Amino acid sequence: MSTAILGKKLGMMQVFSDRGNCVSVTLVEAGPCVVVQKRTPAKHKYSAIQIGFEQIPGRKLNKPRLGVFERADLSPMRYLREIRMIPEDVDACKIGDNITVSIFAPGEKVDIAGTSKGKGFQGVVKRYHMKGNSQTHGTHEHRRHAGSIGMREQPGRVFKGKKLPGQMGNKHVTTQNLTVYKVDEEKNLLYIDGPVPGADGGLVTIKKAVKLTPAKK
Amino acid sequence: MRKLEQFEKEYLKKQTGQFRVGDTVLVHMRIVEGEKERVQVFQGVVIRRKGGGLSESFTVRKYSYGIGVERIFPLHSPRIENIEVVRSGKVRRAKLYYLRQRKGKAARLKEIN
Repeated sequence: MSTAILGKKLGMMQVFSDRGNCVSVTLVEAGPCVVVQKRTPAKHKYSAIQIGFEQIPGRKLNKPRLGVFERADLSPMRYLREIRMIPEDVDACKIGDNITVSIFAPGEKVDIAGTSKGKGFQGVVKRYHMKGNSQTHGTHEHRRHAGSIGMREQPGRVFKGKKLPGQMGNKHVTTQNLTVYKVDEEKNLLYIDGPVPGADGGLVTIKKAVKLTPAKK
Repeated sequence: MRKLEQFEKEYLKKQTGQFRVGDTVLVHMRIVEGEKERVQVFQGVVIRRKGGGLSESFTVRKYSYGIGVERIFPLHSPRIENIEVVRSGKVRRAKLYYLRQRKGKAARLKEIN
C-alpha cells in the first residue's frame, strides 16, 4: 500500500468540532492516484513507486510522456511523482492500483509538501526578519540593512550561508506532523488541521509523518 | 472562496434565528463544566454582524455592574442553543460602535413597532 498521495490545495475554512470548538482546516482534494511505474533495487538501484494524479486529454502531453502511460495501459495524467518506499512495500503495489484518501485516518499525523508562495527578490528584513537599523537618529541610507557581514583581513571573505538578500518563497517546502482532521472518501477530500504550504490550487504531496510513523526495516 | 462554500454546507445551521443589528437578544449558550452541561443566557444589544457563511459572527454588548461587556459569538456554533429577540431597535448604521462611548440614557435605542 502506498504511504503517500498527491492532491490539490483548495483553500482554508473553519469548521466546528463535536465539542463546539472552532477549528481552522485546510481542504485538500487528494487523489484518486494511480501507480504508473515501479522502481526496484535490482533494476534502478533504489525502490519507489511512481504515481499519477489528475486525468487530462492525451493531446496535452508530449510523446515521451504519453509512452509512459501507454506502457502501463493507463489514461494520461497531469502529474507524475515518485514516492520512496521500502522494497517489500513496492512489491505489494501493482501497476494500475488506485490510491485514495482512505490510506489516511482522522487523527493521523502527516507531512505535507508543496511549493510555497513566491515573494520575489527580497531584502534581509522581510526574508530573515532581521531588525534593520534605526529609522531616525541620523541614520544615513542604512535603514533596512543587515549590519556587518564579516570580519577583517582574516578571514578576508564572507562565509558561505551568510543571510543576504535573494529569492524568497517559490520553493519546495515540507510541513511536518500535521494532523488529519477528517477524511471524506466520497468527495476525495482531506481536512487538515492548520495551514499547508503553497497557494490555493497548488499541487501538494501528503505523506505519513516520517518522524511519528514507526519505521519498518 | 466560492468553491469552498459547498463544503461549508454540512456545518451550517439550518436556522440561526432572525435578528438584526440593534436588536436586544437573549443568547442561550450551552456550557460544559467538567461532566455537567448547563445553559447560560447572555442578554444585550447586537452591535455588529461580521463575515459570511460558516465564519459569520455577531457581537453582543451589555452593561454589567457599571462596566460595558462585549461578547463575540460564532453564528453557527453548535454551542448556541437559541437566540431570542427581546426587542428590536431602530438603527441607521450597520455597526453600532458609537454605543461604546455612551451609557445610561444616551445608550438607548428607539424601538421598532
